[in-house]
Amino acid sequence: MSTATNDESRARGKAPAGERIADWADGRLGIYSLAKANMRKIFPDHWSFMLGEVCMYSFLIIILTGVYLTLFFHPSMNEVEYHGSYVPLQGQLMSEAFNSTLHISFDVRGGLLIRQIHHWAALIFLAGMFVHMMRVFFTGAFRKPREINWLFGFLLFVLGMFTGFTGYSLPDDLLSGTGVRFTEGAILSMPIVGTYISFFLFGGQFPGHDFVARFYSIHILLLPGIMLGLMVGHLILVFYHKHTQFAGPGKTEKNVVGMPLLPVYMAKAGGFFFLVFGVIAVIAAITQINPIWAMGPYRPDQVSTGAQPDWYMGFAEGLVRYMPGWEINFWGHTLVLGVFIPLVLFGLVLGVIALYPFIESWVTGDKDEHHILDRPRNAPTRTAFGVAWVTVYMIGLVGGGNDIIATHFHLSINDVTWFVRIFFFAGPVIGFIVTKRICLALQRRDRDKVLHGRETGIIKRLPHGEFIEIHEGLSQEQLHTLTAHHQYEPAEIGATVDENGVERKVPAGEKLRAKLSNAYYGEDNQIPKPTVEEYKEITSGHGHH
Amino acid sequence: MPEENLPAAQDHPHGAVSVADEEHPFSDPGLPPHEHRIQDIDERAAKRSERVVALLFTISMLATVGFIVSYVTIPHDKSIFVFPIGHISALNFALGLTLGAALFCIGAGAVHWARTLMSDEEVASERHAISAPAEVRAQVHADFKQGAKESALGRRKLIRNTMFGALTLVPLSGVMLLRDLGPLPGTSLRHTLWAKGKLLVNMNTNQPLRPEDVVVGSLTFAKPEGLEEASEDFQNEIAKSALMIIRLQPKDIKDKRELDWAHDGIVAFSKICTHVGCPISLYEQQTHHVLCPCHQSTFDLSDGARVIFGPAGHALPQLRIGVNDEGYLEALGDFDEPVGPAFWERG
Repeated sequence: MSTATNDESRARGKAPAGERIADWADGRLGIYSLAKANMRKIFPDHWSFMLGEVCMYSFLIIILTGVYLTLFFHPSMNEVEYHGSYVPLQGQLMSEAFNSTLHISFDVRGGLLIRQIHHWAALIFLAGMFVHMMRVFFTGAFRKPREINWLFGFLLFVLGMFTGFTGYSLPDDLLSGTGVRFTEGAILSMPIVGTYISFFLFGGQFPGHDFVARFYSIHILLLPGIMLGLMVGHLILVFYHKHTQFAGPGKTEKNVVGMPLLPVYMAKAGGFFFLVFGVIAVIAAITQINPIWAMGPYRPDQVSTGAQPDWYMGFAEGLVRYMPGWEINFWGHTLVLGVFIPLVLFGLVLGVIALYPFIESWVTGDKDEHHILDRPRNAPTRTAFGVAWVTVYMIGLVGGGNDIIATHFHLSINDVTWFVRIFFFAGPVIGFIVTKRICLALQRRDRDKVLHGRETGIIKRLPHGEFIEIHEGLSQEQLHTLTAHHQYEPAEIGATVDENGVERKVPAGEKLRAKLSNAYYGEDNQIPKPTVEEYKEITSGHGHH
Repeated sequence: MPEENLPAAQDHPHGAVSVADEEHPFSDPGLPPHEHRIQDIDERAAKRSERVVALLFTISMLATVGFIVSYVTIPHDKSIFVFPIGHISALNFALGLTLGAALFCIGAGAVHWARTLMSDEEVASERHAISAPAEVRAQVHADFKQGAKESALGRRKLIRNTMFGALTLVPLSGVMLLRDLGPLPGTSLRHTLWAKGKLLVNMNTNQPLRPEDVVVGSLTFAKPEGLEEASEDFQNEIAKSALMIIRLQPKDIKDKRELDWAHDGIVAFSKICTHVGCPISLYEQQTHHVLCPCHQSTFDLSDGARVIFGPAGHALPQLRIGVNDEGYLEALGDFDEPVGPAFWERG
């Protein structure tokens, strides 16, 4: 039937060109069915939903600028003598990798700009992913059906870290070479296989002649290829699940309220790509990043003070800095706990946050889909756990920069290190307790607002001289928004004795689950939200308190 | 709380705002009515927005022209002073700002267009359950069982087992191919270029060191004779054999072995940190401590280079040195333990 209309319009020669191209494509790709589902797809609006966009756009910028850089970069460790236009390094021996990076920075017009955009975009990409991940965590957007997308995002973050690391190691400069040496030391600490992995990675002893070429193919092909796939999957799932939204009038678990992709989000999101790119370009114009010419080519016997990795590796750097130097020697072997424990902790700390959605869904036993976001205060234990995790991460960052902190604030490096050692344990506990108290207090305030209205700040004097503040009741929209969240009941272990008086064995898993559930939703761990009855009793004027 | 303070006792207990649904005050009142923007009602305001968007797009075009002009006209080695940044590359500055402006203005124009002129009416669209309805689920299960049955995979165990066997083994070829990524470690981590009779060569002057070249309070870096910067394996060898030489008053040396292995108070330690292999280079004259600038492991050079702070696990290896007949410092052998970071086979 559509063929008939097509023929007709072609016969009259009146269909506009765009329409004819679309018809042509539809006949081969079926684009109309795809467009029907997606062209006017509704996206909810909230400022925090743009964090993921920042990541996507900076990733695209990294790919664009990265392709440009590959046109000039030589991933080789052959020694050459420098004869470029940067005078202070004239005649220096250096690897071709370092030499070509100098060439990009000083002799290719715009090369420095693209290099700096590439590096800045990488920092912003990682920072964006971190913040985006926290947004998803604290609003509970990882709950069913989005657990897999959470894992995709997590993998993007972890792979992003390693892509960044292999990238900044490519110029073979003194700073990044020091980081590679650190990586070699960390690999050597692995029991049994460490030495072998190190020799296979570096093609023999450190530094060898191979790692730049190997890191290059990992950095420009292997990891970004996987990441591109994950990102496409991430986006497909965002489309397929439809975006989450915050509670509010007209918003339910069964709908999505917002504005259509065409034209509003096409313009906003498309425009946002240019905004992100523009801002990064300006940063690259005015803010120097990784001036490898100031550090010089890598030599394993040289180093500079204040050596720092890029920020996203700072947490790992911190772990190795504040770990005591434990080493156990036995039967001709050495267990290098001082380096190996940080390596394991690095994986554990990241792994815990990756698995959190599954832990929480086990505790709640909730099998429903969730599309309405939680306000962080309404999930106090989750929020407190998230803050504890961020605290561990931040303590790691502080530890990774202990020398910078010591020199900038005129503190003793030993004191800073000891502070970090203690707060690695104490920080998350304090963070957890304080956050939970704040969440509960905010829940109480919401409850008061619903039941007693908003404090207007207007003081009224009563005939007998007493002063009172007028409270203004909330609108139904506000009442609904503040009471829309679901509150779980803590799980019970059920009867441990059956009707015949025979004791039932309670599995340890069930006990743990009941305990955790109580820690999440038990008395004192969440404030019961006001009920309609309470509200009516107060507002009807017959309340007795 | 006195009765009067309760909202119910006030004149307008709930101010001017009223709850539409008295029976279900917390129920969802539905989407609020759409509020028009000034551009929706006033065509002049809409025109103004249009002009702003067009202006932004125009600026972007001009900025691109500026980018091309800068690229062609500004020499790549010209530096300019920009307050408060300092002296920077003029070309990088001009290209970055023009490119940034060209991109940013496109974005700003598009967003302003979307915010002021495109419809901002919120609409609701329904969600559908992600999981399939029961009959679809049943159908898929049935189809799968049918397919599995037709394949006879479950019945013909011999095919199944050999297939799994073949599929398990075939990746081994890929693993095998990785073998030549590097040589096996062997004992290469245990040996350095140092050997009996090798002279200690000053890293900076490239001259063999004499005891009188090393004064109390100084820190000298040395390499074994014969190792030149231009040599093929310089990086690999210096990564293990880099040496740190200081002179102490023999009476200040607390460790007996250190004193035995020294020459007249001159001690030679590996420069490579035993933590993860950074070169150690921060020396405190008064305390004889050296600090690794990477992870702050601190070693006491007057006490066998033992670790006194930080994450390193063991002392820096010491090289036994003496003086040869011509009066030059020489090694009396290789290090007696592996230098650098610890590893499983170190023992």
